[in-house]
Amino acid sequence: MTDKTAPLTDSSEGMRYLERVPRKIVTVYVPLGIIILVLLFPFYWMTITAIKPKEHLLDLNTHNPFITWSPTLDHIYDLLFKTDYPVWLWNTMLVSVVATVLALLASVFAAYAIVRIRYRGAQWVGGLIFLAYLVPPSILFIPLSTVIFNYGLFDTPFALILTYPTILIPFSTWLLMGYFKTIPFELEECALIDGASRWQILWKIVLPLAVPGLISAGIFCLTLCWNEYIYALTFINATEHKTVPVAIVTALTDGDQYRWGSLMAGALFGSLPLVILYSFFVEHYVSAMTGAVKE
Amino acid sequence: MPEAVLREPAAPLKPPTLLSRLMVNRDWLGFWFMLPAAAFLVLFLAYPLALGIAYSFTDAKIGQDIGSANFIGIENYQWLIGEFDCKWEWAAFWSRLFGGDFGALGALCKIVGDDQFHLAVFNTLFYTIVASVLKFAIGLYLAVLLNNHLPFRAVIRAIVLVPFIVPTVLSAIAFWWIFDPQFSIVSWSAKQMGLATENINFLGEPWNARWSAIFANVWRGVPFIAITLLAGLQTVPPSLYEASTIDGASRWQMFRYITYPLLTPIIAVVMTFSVLFTFTDFQLIKVLTNGGPAGSTELMATLSFNRAILGGQRIGEGAAISTAMIPFLLACILISWFGLQRRKWQQGEAND
Repeated sequence: MTDKTAPLTDSSEGMRYLERVPRKIVTVYVPLGIIILVLLFPFYWMTITAIKPKEHLLDLNTHNPFITWSPTLDHIYDLLFKTDYPVWLWNTMLVSVVATVLALLASVFAAYAIVRIRYRGAQWVGGLIFLAYLVPPSILFIPLSTVIFNYGLFDTPFALILTYPTILIPFSTWLLMGYFKTIPFELEECALIDGASRWQILWKIVLPLAVPGLISAGIFCLTLCWNEYIYALTFINATEHKTVPVAIVTALTDGDQYRWGSLMAGALFGSLPLVILYSFFVEHYVSAMTGAVKE
Repeated sequence: MPEAVLREPAAPLKPPTLLSRLMVNRDWLGFWFMLPAAAFLVLFLAYPLALGIAYSFTDAKIGQDIGSANFIGIENYQWLIGEFDCKWEWAAFWSRLFGGDFGALGALCKIVGDDQFHLAVFNTLFYTIVASVLKFAIGLYLAVLLNNHLPFRAVIRAIVLVPFIVPTVLSAIAFWWIFDPQFSIVSWSAKQMGLATENINFLGEPWNARWSAIFANVWRGVPFIAITLLAGLQTVPPSLYEASTIDGASRWQMFRYITYPLLTPIIAVVMTFSVLFTFTDFQLIKVLTNGGPAGSTELMATLSFNRAILGGQRIGEGAAISTAMIPFLLACILISWFGLQRRKWQQGEAND
């Protein structure tokens, strides 16, 4: 009834005037709330486990497991000072950052060459790079382990620094190609007429304009490196060279005795740097994710 | 005299040097610009890929060069795939079938080969298909929900994506604790609510473990699919919905005849990625169940790791398992490629 009297003049509102709050609660808010609850519960559970006293962890009946009134920092203390956790975190950061920088440099050149220099066969190379994105690490790690061994890189950070770019380059090249295509050709033509070399054009015109794309690619690459497991598990042996995901599982489970508090604290601290970084660059991250898919 | 000054010949242009000619040559420049990326991809991607296929025809042990390994042809594959061992007797077949034994076929004709490998192939396919279908259904539903006009939509979208940001291994550890046989919070809650009388053995029973692993995979994959599909949904012009509303379309019809067809290309790409990464999943299974109990969650990727790196250290056999994944991946890529072809046809460009 009220539908007919609703103002139709506001075009920006679209068809939203048709929606009624009670209906929306049932069809949108409740399912959305349930899904978000399920998506976030593991993080809540991580946090609460990391700050619960040990005896509460294994006794669900005398204390309400969902909340704790006597938070403790014991697990976090154990993690930071009784294990090599800071070293592992440092390794993870070092490997991720260096691999990301290397991958970005290589992809900037490759993407620029494919999109703008357009050498013979550039289209084919673009297609091959996309195919390379579809080659998963889990079919490469066995032969790659012998390659790494023969190059003498086994058990050094370089084993990871040099192999991670293979996961990152196809993705970021593809993403940057999309960004470079949006930069007007005329800018480059002007610069060429003024006598700029390709190198100068890339550094002084194209790159400054592609900064959002670089940030997107960088953030996404960083999370990919941080997440990587199978190479780190296969190529690194010494505890002091391990990355967080590999080290945390082996180090904090002594036999059957799992140190759940410290494990959860470790998982939390391992994710926190990424989540903080992500929170600053949500839009860039999303555009990297969707950009790579849309292309 | 002005004329004389004018007639004085200008200094001739220097002929372009080889270097300066090279500096504007597209192919030459392209070569140098491509070099860093190509070096990485050839040394650490294309070469290992070929090497892996080569290793799969040898009986190499770990640390053995391809040159010193014995070439054994397709023996690895024969061993893995096995052969049919059929004792086909119609009488026995019918008597079993009518006796209510529906395993009749399996009992008479079985594949004699590597049972662990067969189980891993089954697990991988089951895991991939079920997880991908669930991820797609829930992801699309979540995307449609998020496409509504919501307060704080940007914040909600950022929160939804968090499971995808957090490294898989770290969230797998959280699930490991959530699925603990004794102190699982889910078991405890189920008991409190009267849904269960004793602890649920999430990771100790084969089918429980499979569903738990699928749940964890879906939990991590849904945000990716939801957010990418949301980006696709936002490109659908609202005028189409307005027009269909005037025509009296129901919500389901709007979804079926407007949203879904316009979303098909992006669905094809997203699902290809999702299926590829689920099929080759390693980390979640490695941390959550390590293939157990008794190989019931072993995937092809984890099995190849166990064969090649741990245990037997038989690189050749592990490489054969990895190589056996390639046909599945290719099939997946081809299906998606034809999905993209359809998009061109729908858009009416290059209608050939």
